[in-house]
Amino acid sequence: MSDTVATAEPGYAAARERPPAGLVGPWAWARANLFSSWWSTAITLVLVYVILRALVGFVEWAFVNAIWSVPYNAQGRPDTAVCQNAKGIGACWAIIGDKYRLILFGRYPYEEQWRPAICVLLFIGLYVVSAMRRFWRKELALIWIATLAVIGVLMWGGVFGLQEVPEDYWGGLPITLILATFGLAFAFPLSVLVALGRRSKLPAIKLLCVLYVELIRGVPLISVLFMASVMFPLFMPAGVNVDKLLRAQIAFILFAGAYLAEVVRGGLQALPKGQSEAADAMGLTYWQKTGLIILPQALRLVIPPLVNTFIGFFKDTSLVLIIGLFDLLTMGKVALSDPPWQSFSTEVYVVLAIIYICFCFAMSKYSRGLEQDLNRARRR
Amino acid sequence: MSDATADPRFAAARAAPRRRLRLSWSDPTFRAIVWQVVIVGLVAAVIGYLVHNTNQNLAARHIATGFGFLDRVAGIPIGEALVPYNPAVNTYGRALLVGVLNTLKVAVVGIVLATILGTVIGIGRLSSNWLLAKLTAFYVETLRDIPLLLQLLFWYTVLQSLPAPRQSIRVGDVFLSNRGIKIPLLELQPAHEWAALAFLVGLVGTVLWNRHAARQQEATGVRPRVWPVGLALMVALPLVVWAIFGAPLTFEVPVLRGFNFQGGGSLSPEYFALLLGLVTYTAAYIAEIVRSGIQAVPQGQWEAAGALGLRSGMVLRKVILPQALRVIVPPMTSQYLNLTKNSSLAVAIGYQDIVSIANTTLNQTGQAIEGIAVIMAVYLTISLSISLFMNWYNARIALVER
Repeated sequence: MSDTVATAEPGYAAARERPPAGLVGPWAWARANLFSSWWSTAITLVLVYVILRALVGFVEWAFVNAIWSVPYNAQGRPDTAVCQNAKGIGACWAIIGDKYRLILFGRYPYEEQWRPAICVLLFIGLYVVSAMRRFWRKELALIWIATLAVIGVLMWGGVFGLQEVPEDYWGGLPITLILATFGLAFAFPLSVLVALGRRSKLPAIKLLCVLYVELIRGVPLISVLFMASVMFPLFMPAGVNVDKLLRAQIAFILFAGAYLAEVVRGGLQALPKGQSEAADAMGLTYWQKTGLIILPQALRLVIPPLVNTFIGFFKDTSLVLIIGLFDLLTMGKVALSDPPWQSFSTEVYVVLAIIYICFCFAMSKYSRGLEQDLNRARRR
Repeated sequence: MSDATADPRFAAARAAPRRRLRLSWSDPTFRAIVWQVVIVGLVAAVIGYLVHNTNQNLAARHIATGFGFLDRVAGIPIGEALVPYNPAVNTYGRALLVGVLNTLKVAVVGIVLATILGTVIGIGRLSSNWLLAKLTAFYVETLRDIPLLLQLLFWYTVLQSLPAPRQSIRVGDVFLSNRGIKIPLLELQPAHEWAALAFLVGLVGTVLWNRHAARQQEATGVRPRVWPVGLALMVALPLVVWAIFGAPLTFEVPVLRGFNFQGGGSLSPEYFALLLGLVTYTAAYIAEIVRSGIQAVPQGQWEAAGALGLRSGMVLRKVILPQALRVIVPPMTSQYLNLTKNSSLAVAIGYQDIVSIANTTLNQTGQAIEGIAVIMAVYLTISLSISLFMNWYNARIALVER
């Protein structure tokens, strides 16, 4: 304690001698953090060598020897001979230039692709607004409903003079964002109900909720998706045909609901019992108690794990590739099925990975910052 | 409160007769019953409706329900099987069994390797070496932010773009080509079996000696050394047995014949890509668990153990690890479960695990419900087994309280 006071006072600091030159500056830092022992020195040297080799190799592949564009023949087909020659030496980014619209927006009508582009921006805007604590009010739900409605109008069209585009033509990044966002928007209320049900005193309801959560969490997402794509048509009355995208969306909601329910339950359990007892003592009904006392506190506790779960679902949307839905990853594979470009999968995968990393990294960074913020508030 | 009225002890203590159920909305017990009846009724109605529709649809499509198809000849070609399998004679049941074994093959190996890699990386993140800590942090951040499916596809393409068997990359007697990895296999002889038996005997002996040492320590305070005995029993004894039998050591080396290799063991590109993807991805999560587990042990524990005069190995084994494991084991269980469930992504790169084979089966036979039921049953069984084992382990290492 006295140390910090002493250094904070300017007079003392001036009076004190400067530390020896060997203890400050970059050299001292390197000695402490890179060469503190012979063992540490060996690790540093090996790693420097490996990192330099990898970095030089990557820069040469991705930039120095890369092919940025290829000539097109009279039929408008790309001539990828240059790229074939450079294979293994340099990246062929020309495939991205040729296919980025297909990868991002799928088979959406080419002239109308500004619509999914705006939808992507709207989605990102929605995430940013939801992330700001200033907007953590009841109105946020209205913002969500309004934005999702606008996105629906933009994607489907058919009103306000917009050309109608059925779901079969949707694809790429909008599908990924739709699956993730609509999935969360519907799974979240479901999960709150299920989590409450699992902690309920009513045995039948508790049993139903436990069965639902454990069954879904015990099986892989793929089997739930398969179930949606294969068994769902059997469940419906004859003649009713539910769209593939909607079926996958329902599967996602059911799947996400079970996982989110466990996260919410964690929050409910972490809340001191006194809160609930105090609410009972005030004579509040169950729903008043839950809505006004329990949930506002419990949900606040679990926001960081909720964001982490959301990151997981964002990545999991790529699984719809297996049931043949055209999300971002599937469109990458579709782009690769074009004969001239068939052997340039690494380039496409790198770009797709960067897109996914951008979204997930932003979310995880945010979740960590939030966790520290909330912890600080609680520590006081 | 509703509790008081429902609690029989209170009723007995008050010596008042048990309050009769009033058919009124203001009676909590009555309300509870009504709510449950309504909700269960709704769920039952929905399920009944779906079952009714399904029956009608199945009848319309002339699909018979039931698991009779399991006895029919499958005709699904399977690339790698742990049990003998011939598509021309074997049944769907056998094909599904092959699928289950393939799932287990990748899950078990994956769990072991991911634990090792994850622990190494997790400890690396705590290293005092700045470069190592940053590099491992970069690994964890990147791998966790890319969908596993994308990583699997990437690894699969990498393995497929390896040279053909004729130009395969050779490291010693290991061949790397687009047909997978070929490794030399030890030709098993009786000597090896006897040596393995000797190792088992040695293992039991070491465990017994360890118990004896613990008793000795409790009685006298001096602990006899365990490791020399363990070394002698588990390493020297098998070696001696092996030498007595003439120390045979011949390997079946893979040889290039025509367009492919013959002999030796092999890992298919599909299996290897799946394993590589699962292990590197899950290791990133395990690394975080290990790191937080070790960080959860207060610094004072190291210092206190040191002050008691324990050697650093003892500190780690007797003081730090038991406390860290308590934090590590529960989340580790869910990572093991995740790895097992994620192995179902095999279907995307053509490794024939249970999901892949069940999917082919339901496409061929039209038995959608049974196929999905098989997948779910298999995964639920595996998940429950892992959970049970890890819960048992967790209970074993848990802090014994009062």
